[in-house]
Amino acid sequence: MDRNPPRGPIREGPGTPVTTETPRTITARLSRGDRVYRAVTTSAAATVLVTIVLITVFLVLTAIPAIQRAGWSFFTTTAWNPDEPSGRFGIAAMMYGTAVTGLIAMVFTVPISIATAVFINEYAPRALKGGLTTAVEVMAAIPSIIFAGWGLHVLIPFLDPMEKWAVDHLGGVFFVFEAREIGSSFFNVGLVISLMAIPITTSIMRAVLAQAPRHECEGALALGATRWGMVRTVVLPFGRGGMIGASMLGLGRALGETMAATLIFSFAFEIKPRLFENGGVTIASGIAIYFKESRELGLSALMAAGAALFLVTFMINLLAARVVDRAERAAR
Amino acid sequence: MTADTQVTDTTDAPGPAGGTLDAVGVSAWFGQRKVLEQVDIVMNSGEVTALIGPSGCGKSTFLRILNRMHELVPAATLAGSVLLDGEDVYGTALALTEVRRRIGMVFQKPNPFPAMSIADNVTAGLKLTGRRPADREALVEECLRRASLWDEVRGRLTAPAGGLSGGQQQRLCIARSLAVRPDVLLMDEPCSALDPTSTRRVEETIGELKEQVTIVIVTHNMQQAQRVSQRCAFFLAEEDSPGRVVEQGPTEQVFQHPEDPRTADYVNGRFG
Ligand SMILES: Nc1ncnc2c1ncn2[C@@H]1O[C@H](COP(=O)(O)OP(=O)(O)OP(=O)(O)O)[C@@H](O)[C@H]1O
Ligand SMILES: [Mg+2]
Repeated sequence: MDRNPPRGPIREGPGTPVTTETPRTITARLSRGDRVYRAVTTSAAATVLVTIVLITVFLVLTAIPAIQRAGWSFFTTTAWNPDEPSGRFGIAAMMYGTAVTGLIAMVFTVPISIATAVFINEYAPRALKGGLTTAVEVMAAIPSIIFAGWGLHVLIPFLDPMEKWAVDHLGGVFFVFEAREIGSSFFNVGLVISLMAIPITTSIMRAVLAQAPRHECEGALALGATRWGMVRTVVLPFGRGGMIGASMLGLGRALGETMAATLIFSFAFEIKPRLFENGGVTIASGIAIYFKESRELGLSALMAAGAALFLVTFMINLLAARVVDRAERAAR
Repeated sequence: MTADTQVTDTTDAPGPAGGTLDAVGVSAWFGQRKVLEQVDIVMNSGEVTALIGPSGCGKSTFLRILNRMHELVPAATLAGSVLLDGEDVYGTALALTEVRRRIGMVFQKPNPFPAMSIADNVTAGLKLTGRRPADREALVEECLRRASLWDEVRGRLTAPAGGLSGGQQQRLCIARSLAVRPDVLLMDEPCSALDPTSTRRVEETIGELKEQVTIVIVTHNMQQAQRVSQRCAFFLAEEDSPGRVVEQGPTEQVFQHPEDPRTADYVNGRFG
């Protein structure tokens, strides 16, 4: 290195050591208040992480005996008899029920949430806006047991004649409408679950769509667009990513929802396409129902089912967060 | 209350196309605050009318009243009327969307639909007003040519409009406005975000368009007002009072022989 002194207007003498530059580390001495504040926030954040880790470890450890016993059949078996000697058990039916009710819930949640969000933002008279926004938030605060009870005692009896009609007239044509008895079906459970997913989905969508650039909206209106034309060309394309993310958060909510399925389903561990027929089960409701009466291996099996649900919901939330994040960055 | 002293001549000789816009006794408020008072201006077809005046005197507000964009602002109110070829745009005879289609607007800040392609941006107004062009490609080319943007974008009509420069975006917005064949085109400082070359292009465009479309332009650039406009109105909001038109008339006269000393001060750049 000394043989090649740096070239430049200033020549260094032969004895001068050549200094190689490295970025210095920057330290800031925090004030006492800042240090306390940092400690408090750090430990709060750590609590969240530690809780997640502890729950995961607990789930995995308790699930091991059941998984060891069932092996891969845990994912393909529909029956649930873990506590009987050599009884077979698996989450196939519960997983199916979770997916189907979640999907049905989304079929209602997504369009209703989009329409409500657009209405509040773009159509509602100014006097109504605040009230409606609050109403959506209040709806989110209603305990799920109340939704479930109301669904069971009011909504489902109300829908009964219509479902009967659909089953009678369409049952022979489309197999999804076939049913011997109706009332506590995948469809009804999914519908009630959607009532619980709608508030969170709507309120996120409303917030996202409210960010649509006003000057682009004005550009559309100045061309002679109707409100709906403006919503279609500016607001919805702008909010697409955010709406997908909001829907997935709603789906996460729907998959984990316990009360509606527990209260409404007449339990049946089967995989069937007949959406209006009595009987079904979801992972969350299966755990809720069997938890008390399960013995060792039964508990272990329930925890394994819970871990599977946790994993699925976690993946969906992770994906949703990424979609919302990307949409937000694209919007900026 | 002195609104009806204005004599309007809408039955011009069989000359230029475009509509005559006649503002009669226009006042405007934002909430309790009055920002415009008793503005009477006739904007003739075949002419470019320039609105000049210091910042905050209500030029944009007035312009937005002309095509009913003012009412989008919460708590914004107005008085007076705006006649398009004799018909009140705030009356029931004209639908709101029809008013806005016939009286187009180019905003200060370019606002194309960024994710849409350049060509789709041009035809967006037609789609939005539920119409279908007979020959889409021809229309796109015609409008882009009239906005003097064609040569720069002819090779990438399907590229998203968000990828254009600010000046190109502004000319795209002009093309987009022209595609719905408005009778009047309102321009709110259309060149404030543009470089000198783009500005000159837009000014040329204005000159070519004025035979077909009545143009009303807000500008802070005195040279520009003189270059492009035939008539000129000088707005002024004196301390704590709403904006008023101090003087209006042929551009030449307003700039060379202003009657009001305040106009003279402003057009000669001697204003605070
Ligand atoms: N959305 C609004 N809410 C409340 N007040 C407003 C609003 N828009 C404009 N104003 C007020 O109305 C007055 C006129 O504003 P306007 O934008 O019309 O002025 P301008 O002449 O266009 O100014 P500039 O040359 O700076 O664009 C200003 O005093 C402004 O503060
Ligand atoms: Mg302005």
